[in-house]
Amino acid sequence: MTSKKQTDFSEKQVEHTAKLAHIPVVATETKQLSEAFSTTLEVISDLSEVPVEGVEPTHHVTGLKNVTREDVVDKKRMFSQAQALANAPKSYEGFFVVPRIIDRDEE
Amino acid sequence: MRHLICGLEVHAELKTNSKMFCGCKNDPFGASQPNIYTCPVCLGLPGALPVANKKAIEWTIKLGLALNCKINLFSKFDRKHYFYPDLPKAYQISQYDLPFCENGFVETSEGRVRIRRIHLEEDTGKLLHKTIDGNKVSLIDFNRSSVPLIEIVTEPDIHTASQAKEYAKKLRQILRYLDIANCDMEQGGMRLEANLSLANTPDVLPKYKVEVKNINSFRFMEQAIAYEVIRQTELLDKNQTPAQETRGWDMQKQVTYSQRVKEEAEDYRYFPDPDLPPIEFTQTQIEIMRKLLPELPDVIARRWEHDFNLDPKNSAYFLETQSGAQWADAVFADAKRNKVEPNDVANLIINKKVTVDQTTPVTEVIEKILAATRTDQLDPNLVKEAINSIKNEFPTEWQRYQAGDKKLLGFFIGQLKKKINQPLDPKQIIELLNK
Amino acid sequence: MTKKPISLNTVTIKQALTGLQAKDFSLAEIYEATDQIVAKQNKDLNVYLATNEKASVEARKVAESPLAGLPIAVKDNFGTIGLPTTAASLVLDGYQSQYESTVTTKLLEAGGVIYGKTNMDAWAHGSSTETSQYGRTLNPRNTQHLPGGSSGGSAAAVAADMCLGALGSETAGSIRQPAAWCGVVGLKPTYGRCSRYGVVAMASSTDSPGPIGKTVEDTAILLNAIAGHDPYDSTTSQEAVPDFTSFLDKSIKGMKIGVLYHDLPGLDEIWPHFDAATKVLSDLGALVEPVKAFDPHHAIGVYTIVQRAEVSSNLGRYDGIRFGNDRSHFGDEAKRRIMLGTFTLSSGYSDQYYLRAQKVRTLFINDFEKLLKKYDALISLTSPGYAKKIGASEGAAMFGELEDLLLEPSSISGLPGISVPCYRDPNTNLYLGLNIMTPKWQEGRAIQIADAYEKATTWNSWRQP
Repeated sequence: MTSKKQTDFSEKQVEHTAKLAHIPVVATETKQLSEAFSTTLEVISDLSEVPVEGVEPTHHVTGLKNVTREDVVDKKRMFSQAQALANAPKSYEGFFVVPRIIDRDEE
Repeated sequence: MRHLICGLEVHAELKTNSKMFCGCKNDPFGASQPNIYTCPVCLGLPGALPVANKKAIEWTIKLGLALNCKINLFSKFDRKHYFYPDLPKAYQISQYDLPFCENGFVETSEGRVRIRRIHLEEDTGKLLHKTIDGNKVSLIDFNRSSVPLIEIVTEPDIHTASQAKEYAKKLRQILRYLDIANCDMEQGGMRLEANLSLANTPDVLPKYKVEVKNINSFRFMEQAIAYEVIRQTELLDKNQTPAQETRGWDMQKQVTYSQRVKEEAEDYRYFPDPDLPPIEFTQTQIEIMRKLLPELPDVIARRWEHDFNLDPKNSAYFLETQSGAQWADAVFADAKRNKVEPNDVANLIINKKVTVDQTTPVTEVIEKILAATRTDQLDPNLVKEAINSIKNEFPTEWQRYQAGDKKLLGFFIGQLKKKINQPLDPKQIIELLNK
Repeated sequence: MTKKPISLNTVTIKQALTGLQAKDFSLAEIYEATDQIVAKQNKDLNVYLATNEKASVEARKVAESPLAGLPIAVKDNFGTIGLPTTAASLVLDGYQSQYESTVTTKLLEAGGVIYGKTNMDAWAHGSSTETSQYGRTLNPRNTQHLPGGSSGGSAAAVAADMCLGALGSETAGSIRQPAAWCGVVGLKPTYGRCSRYGVVAMASSTDSPGPIGKTVEDTAILLNAIAGHDPYDSTTSQEAVPDFTSFLDKSIKGMKIGVLYHDLPGLDEIWPHFDAATKVLSDLGALVEPVKAFDPHHAIGVYTIVQRAEVSSNLGRYDGIRFGNDRSHFGDEAKRRIMLGTFTLSSGYSDQYYLRAQKVRTLFINDFEKLLKKYDALISLTSPGYAKKIGASEGAAMFGELEDLLLEPSSISGLPGISVPCYRDPNTNLYLGLNIMTPKWQEGRAIQIADAYEKATTWNSWRQP
């Protein structure tokens, strides 16, 4: 299994990643970020050398399985409408408000 | 002649009491106000954590078994990332590579439709668009956020619009029959998406695929598919490949319209949700669940055809719920015992010629059926005698009726009913009265 | 009858409980002293981002409880009703949580009072508390130096006697490292021992809330209050919670202890102090020997990738719509971590980075399992050096990860660990910490060893000789 050893994080990748992550980045920042990311990738490049054939990934260290809850309404955790909106910068008649979205699925 | 290659993706809201990952009430359509069925979890607040609804998982397995799927003994939830205001955590907890159910099928009269996968995920909030004080805004309601959603994806086995409709109807029937979803399309309880393209040969998948969304009914789905076939044919005839895109169905204009061209596939950055331990079943547990499945509508319909000669067109009406099917089963058996044709019984009930429903005890049903069928055996002489006697009893009214006062018809029928203590066939009565 | 100490904010939890019981002093006096020191020091040290005006009033109501109303500092990533929760970020400036975290609920139920919310690295992204968007916290032992992080405010609050105990959280070093740098005790429980419900998520698969205290005993008392299964957190265990104070004052004779990472280069001046600590353990009857473990440098890669991936996912919800301010308010470190995390999960890269990191994680878990079959506990230095000078983290892209090198392996494996002060430099007044790691669910054993060590040495500045 070959692995690309990437230690270069280009400014173009910075822009693409910023877009994907919804992080506002100005043009003056992309160079610094590109350097910072390249440093990070360099520091962790040793990871690509570690042999991992036949090794299963660990996504949960607990070893727990089948943790579920009964299908019961939990009234004591439910918020009133006021609580739900308590920290909203903008609300309107019980709704949260955002500037109009050009819809993915409608109109 | 090009072949339609079509797959359907159906989302159905499960009718659990509480939401998928929290204990909030699951009733978004019935909520009187926005944002009254929320909590830190379904609002995606800092520090909130999901806990999976056991019943939603069990129901997903139940559906998978009913659709002949293989149940994955090891399964997990994954995070699917994208930004949208109705998705509070900026990721949807869904399933990626290890869905609960895979490789099933549904039979239709136009061939088998294979089920690729069935998985469980959470629903998003709802957006409402308004203009307030001249500003165009979107309003968000999270009552629906994290309601359990089952997603059923077919292989591209559907070849006609009618088959698509039949498949969707069958799916809805099973979901309702298992009593796990209401599938009310107007309430958004069942949502359809079609992926379609046209191929020169049925076995070679074309290189493009058009996704059609925003389909609110089975009828619209048929229309949208038919429209797409025409639209894509026109393009292909001109040697143009239809764009790989998402299109919506405009029910007013009766056309599909382009919503979004997919330049690059969305990068959902799936990874296993660290907040939710995996789900594991044993084969024994699955077998127990399989045994607990009720007899399914298709099987019952075949049995009725065999045992009662019941026309398959008549069975669907009685196969909406398990209790309904059990009742109908008993009714048909009782009818057969009483030498009444189950098909006739079915027709009378379907056409509402008798007032019975699931709550009517079976013996009463047969009585009513017999009474209804007995109206044909009324002795015309008896009726004539009764009519004559009434004419004598009410000469003034009779004169007015003959003079043209048709309103008195009801009066005479009422009188006749009192005299003849049997169910009357109104048509026969009118005939005799007017003689 | 104990002699009444000069300043009642300088007592340990245990001393306070005993003294209150014996009516040597009152709760009001403890609060008075604490209020005084906070008024005097907080502006300079910047330990508390918010303080609870009603603390002493609340305390009186719970005076009869196990924690007797004592003032406890809580890291500002725990959601608390009544006090703001900012995670030291401007994105959450002004955010008032409408629900209480499980751990602080348990603390309150045990009679602890939240004295205030402490400063931290913003979003827990760091090991210095310098990335806080509300200014850095200074190390009370030597204000030219950093307190460590991300629970730097909590560790400093304890070190400066601005509370009687504190709560912090560790993702990879964030309890133990600031505890070491501030010369206090920091206990990171097994992952799944304490609930994460209500704690601003950093790396979901390693975040562990835990206590920071003046003595090992105090951390055991606090852990008793906050540990336990939570139906609101699917990753907490049903494992029985022992009385952690039952592990105090017990001999460690015959325990087999393995010494890790003793071959780390560049620490020639540090090893003599660490070796002195290990000698104490063998003098106490433990069998101490060096052992080779899986190279901790690989843990940097694992942790960097897994943590940033989970961070990028967990911080997606901060969009300024339902609460807080929009994403332009993120500080530089947060932006970097979110972006790099997004990258390691992105199409074409996730196998190579995220999946691979999780596989190497398995190698660490297996290695510890193997080692802990042979040894009852494993020890190492907590931090490869003393607390760094202020400004040390600025511009250093991987500062935290490098500082936490010795702690990342046990953190990513979910193991518990405790750091106790094991040396104080007389010139700088800065401390070194001894990190004691035990198998999952064996916090008690770590407490036992740490307590024995603490009582056999004089490094703990609160232990009465």
